[in-house]
Amino acid sequence: MHELGIVFYIIRDVKKAAEENNVEHVSEVVMNIGEVSTVVPKYLKDCWRWAADKEDVLRGCELIVNKIPAVTWCDSCKCEYSTVKYGKTCPACGSGETWLLRGNEVEIKEIHT
Amino acid sequence: MDGVRVIEIKKSIFADNNEDADALRSELKRRGTYLLNLMSSPGSGKTTTLIKTINLIKDKIRISVMEADIDSDVDALKIKEATGIDSIQLHTGGMCHLDAEMTRQGLDNLPLEGVDLVILENVGNLVCPAEFDTGAVRNAMILSVPEGHDKPLKYPLMFSVCDLVIVNKIDVMPYFDFDMAKCEEYVHMRNPKARIIPICAKTGEGVEKVAGWLLEEVNNWKNK
Repeated sequence: MHELGIVFYIIRDVKKAAEENNVEHVSEVVMNIGEVSTVVPKYLKDCWRWAADKEDVLRGCELIVNKIPAVTWCDSCKCEYSTVKYGKTCPACGSGETWLLRGNEVEIKEIHT
Repeated sequence: MDGVRVIEIKKSIFADNNEDADALRSELKRRGTYLLNLMSSPGSGKTTTLIKTINLIKDKIRISVMEADIDSDVDALKIKEATGIDSIQLHTGGMCHLDAEMTRQGLDNLPLEGVDLVILENVGNLVCPAEFDTGAVRNAMILSVPEGHDKPLKYPLMFSVCDLVIVNKIDVMPYFDFDMAKCEEYVHMRNPKARIIPICAKTGEGVEKVAGWLLEEVNNWKNK
């Protein structure tokens, strides 16, 4: 259900881009999806198929997902580490002064026509 | 026509919504109307908490409520009956959250003239509503005791976007393994600035603190 809402946003943005570029049919949409974005690529693709085929400009269009690994920055010891493996606490120095560098993306990278 | 043309977009799908939300916030600022986005799991006691809070402050400020659900209008009717204030029901048509555009449509259907506070009761869900900025001034969420103190660990985004965490149903604490100190630790791990208020909406315990927080917030929004 969550992924379907996201798919509607993707469709809205892709249709807008297609219109701006005078494109009649889009064959591929490439997404950057972060590892901790809470979007499940498999569900996203399932919802995509169902919803995209209802739009003339997107009928049969493939959704390609680039997964972006999540990386956290520790401000105490100035290092980077894997968010999924270690979470909020830095594995090197135990600090909680950390924030996400990347891995939260839900963005349209490009469309192929 | 042969060959593939690649059009680079490189844009977050939330970008348009974030712009809509900022525009809505500026408009509300001009009107002097404060919008609170209230979120939680289904069954945490959002509607009961709202009724108790509204009844404490409705003589001091003018309030309206927007209830968002996938279907039915039981919540809007309940609010109207129990508090007498304007309340409308928004249907999300199957969507699990409200975005800024849907919130604006809801506001267009309310008489906003002279209204100081609009409370948006979002769809009961700890995932999607946290991702979409509704245009509200602040986000608040209710965590009820039976759900457990480890919710901030499981739904990090929800707790990092909320300025206020109301811990409801504290009257049943003796029957659950709910650790309030742990709960506070986990909430502050996600958002060090979050205010936490334990209440029991059923008996009214602690609700005056939520009412006080809201009055202060509305006052600051109008005067700063």
